[in-house]
Amino acid sequence: MSAPVAVEAYELTRRFGDFTAVDAITFQVAEGEVFGFLGANGAGKTTAIRMLTGLLAPTSGRARVAGHDVYTETEEIKRSIGYMSQRFSLYEDLTARENIRLYGGIYGLTDAQVRARTAELLRRLGLEPYADAPVRSLPLGWKQKLAFSVAMIHEPRVVFLDEPTGGVDPITRRQFWEMIYDAAEGGTTVFVTTHYMDEAEYCDRVSIMVDGRIAALGTPRELKERFGVESMDEVFVRLARPEAGAEDAS
Amino acid sequence: MGTLRALLRKEFLQIARDRAMLRMLVALPLVQLLVLSSASTFEIRRASLYVVDEDRSGASRGLVERMAASGRFEVAGASVSMARADEALLDRRVPVILRIPLHFERALVRTGTAPVQLVFNAEDGAAAGVLRSYAGSILSTYSAELGRELRPTFQAVAGPDAPPTPGVPRIDVRTRAWFNPELNYHHYMVPGILVVLVTVVATTVGAMNIVREKEIGTLEQLNVTPVTKAQFIAAKLLPFWVIALADLSVGLLVGRLFFGIPVNGSLLLVFGAAAVYLLAALGIGLWISTVAETQQQAMFLSFALNMVYLLMSGLFTPIQSMPVWAQWVAQLSPVKHFIVVMRAVLVKGAGLADVTVPLLVLAAYGATVLTFAVRQYSKTTA
Amino acid sequence: MSPLRGFVLKEFRHILRDRQTLVILLLLPLAQVVLFGFALRTDVRGVRLLVVDPVPDAATLALRGRFEATDVFRVVRVLPTTDDLAGWFRRGEADQALVMGPRFAQTLARGEGAQVLVVTDATDPNTGSTMQAYAAAVVQGYERELRAARPGTPAPGVEIVPETRMRFNPTLESVNLFIPGLIALVLTVVSALMSAISLSREKERGTMEVLLVSPLRPWQIIVGKVLPYLALGFGNVLSVLGAAWLVFRVPFRGSVLLLLAECLLFIVTSLALGVLIAARTGSQRTAMMGALMGLMLPTTILSGMIFPISSMPAWLQPVTHLVPGKWFILISRGIMLKGVGLEHLWRETLVLAVMTLLLLVAAVRSFDVRLD
Repeated sequence: MSAPVAVEAYELTRRFGDFTAVDAITFQVAEGEVFGFLGANGAGKTTAIRMLTGLLAPTSGRARVAGHDVYTETEEIKRSIGYMSQRFSLYEDLTARENIRLYGGIYGLTDAQVRARTAELLRRLGLEPYADAPVRSLPLGWKQKLAFSVAMIHEPRVVFLDEPTGGVDPITRRQFWEMIYDAAEGGTTVFVTTHYMDEAEYCDRVSIMVDGRIAALGTPRELKERFGVESMDEVFVRLARPEAGAEDAS
Repeated sequence: MGTLRALLRKEFLQIARDRAMLRMLVALPLVQLLVLSSASTFEIRRASLYVVDEDRSGASRGLVERMAASGRFEVAGASVSMARADEALLDRRVPVILRIPLHFERALVRTGTAPVQLVFNAEDGAAAGVLRSYAGSILSTYSAELGRELRPTFQAVAGPDAPPTPGVPRIDVRTRAWFNPELNYHHYMVPGILVVLVTVVATTVGAMNIVREKEIGTLEQLNVTPVTKAQFIAAKLLPFWVIALADLSVGLLVGRLFFGIPVNGSLLLVFGAAAVYLLAALGIGLWISTVAETQQQAMFLSFALNMVYLLMSGLFTPIQSMPVWAQWVAQLSPVKHFIVVMRAVLVKGAGLADVTVPLLVLAAYGATVLTFAVRQYSKTTA
Repeated sequence: MSPLRGFVLKEFRHILRDRQTLVILLLLPLAQVVLFGFALRTDVRGVRLLVVDPVPDAATLALRGRFEATDVFRVVRVLPTTDDLAGWFRRGEADQALVMGPRFAQTLARGEGAQVLVVTDATDPNTGSTMQAYAAAVVQGYERELRAARPGTPAPGVEIVPETRMRFNPTLESVNLFIPGLIALVLTVVSALMSAISLSREKERGTMEVLLVSPLRPWQIIVGKVLPYLALGFGNVLSVLGAAWLVFRVPFRGSVLLLLAECLLFIVTSLALGVLIAARTGSQRTAMMGALMGLMLPTTILSGMIFPISSMPAWLQPVTHLVPGKWFILISRGIMLKGVGLEHLWRETLVLAVMTLLLLVAAVRSFDVRLD
């Protein structure tokens, strides 16, 4: 790892009573990488992301995001990152323009900057005719793209995307991933969780979580070679249900 | 500063777009103010009176006439039988029976005293009490009249206009009713009802506010940003503070126009006190919102609190009459203190020096509660 | 009937699972009735009296003593002048002032009228006039005492003495007056809130549509949702009436069974009201706030719980007919204080029953229409 580290975790753990949601995960993400954080639903991905973004305190272990400690420097982390949650969290009763303006203001952009960024964003997303309609009236795919753009509005060092492409058609998903590439090219580290294994192919490196632990970590090609399979889907099957994998192999 | 501005803009936009909320914040309190204030009085007009006159003398007829002439009573039935009167009372056709026993006039002339019976239906105890005091004052006026007629000698010696006579002690009692000499109930009730209305609305809306964002998920998005706890709470507080102040102002205007409530003190003081008070009241609502996990919980907490505000703030029954422990509970209600200030300033013409104590209590309240709310609100779950 | 039974059982189980809310729903009404039952009093006590006595003498001291001997008045300060008397009132530190005239004992002895001025803070007209009457009575009592002590004083003038009888509540106990009203208030708001929450939550979540396409008819859905709360409401009624009887010793002169039945009817009315509110509002939040704000103050003020309906302006009296609490108060006062039965209360009961029916029909109709 010659590039500087954007996100790193060492034995990061989170317990809820008797239940261990995240079990001593360890990994590093370099700056500018598109890192896929994969796993089935309930594997612990969302809990891990919430710890990395300062929303949830870890039970034990260490982690740093954009150079700041997740225990003691959560506010600094929040200044340096963008976040797009599963439920998109745009204010549905506000318009696209108003949402952009809100987050622009929150992240400290001046009025002039907000105006410029708003115009640019709306143009790039093709949302200009719908800029003043309430967000709830927009189709799902457009909401997602808007939410992503809003998460990027202050050009953060790291952007966390939690299941950003749920429920949309493949074409929109493709467009979304183009936006992700653009962001990475611009120097932003993209930390994306998903349960769509085909999206794993799009990432520079991936980790696969099973029952709270990281079961595999590497580039998609490395992992496919290691398990002797053709697709990430099958990598995942091997990891999640080893008996099934063994059956197939024989 | 930019952050706060951005947040405030968002809050105001959301409120403006929520029709139902606007109706509840503005229209509902005003309508209720008009209707409920009109109802809030103890002055009974023309109560129905059932007369059982067993004496049928000049004096007894005079008494019945006086009762009717006072305008307070209207003779709805008369009979010689108490049984019929009782029936009317039981059926709730009349709230009071006047029974003048036999030999009423004779007793008055001979001994100077005679009893009459007043039977009230005390199912509605408040009404019974009010009617009793009406009847009492009519009786004593009539007594004095009769006294001049029937016992002129005594009146000459010891009546109110008699010249001083050593050996006959006499005390002249004069009474003055200050601040509300016409005993106008609206002057007393309208400011209080207005305060309670605005408070119920403001704290309930405030209580649901943060919890709703919790439930929807937009709260998480804010927690991930650099927005500080203080900025967040302030953005939740200020819009409703402004709206509640506006509500209060319009309510005062309505009160003045429709009910003629007095403004004997400084309106500036009233608004200043309102500003401090609303910080406390809204602060409590916000604190509930940070503590509650669901909107339902927030609603029940808010309901329990508002009931205490409604019934124990001295609005309907005097705090002085409560048992001591209940008076302490009442002290915990910011509504109580603000009602004291409103009534003191509006009706009694109090100045800043007179209401310093309740104002300080309200300020302390507001500071404490808002600190709790900010503390309670955590951007990071432990 | 089987799908309905299954649905009702599911609703019951649902409620029993939410322990926290259940406990609150059972305890809160009871706690409120007990708290306010103790706190709401209208008898005038603890009147803070100022005595302005520039030159105290035996007579003024004696008169002061008469006031202190009552348990109504409490002398908080003796002032030499009337300066700043208004200030005391404005600061809320005193309720009344007794101003003694000059050379009190002398004027008294000489048979000239000794002057006493009673100044009352009449901001609260009700308490104010009561305090005034009490104070005047104490002074007059003292005057009578003095005269009776001197033999040979001519008998006082004419006095018509009213013998007052307060039927059904001889001592005008505050509790007897407020408890029926408190029961009405607490039961109606809690019941309406419960059903409003339950139905609007279903509506908001979208599961209402699922229910509506099931074999269950809208009226069955409403009955199923409301039935568990009826049971809860009955629990509330028992606890609250129990408190009234055991803690406050409110009389129960009539039939307890009739009272229980009427309470149940009233709860159904309130539940129906909640259902209608939920049917007509868009979100759970609006339903809850609507139930709370639409019921709390109007029931308190328009039901006759505090202010006599007979004192309300003519145009308002018909409006009070719309408040279910008003009818319930008449019924419960009739049963508890008067001890009458259905023969005297059938009209009020009928009104409540018809109200309930209308509300339920309106609610069912609202759900029948396609959900928007």
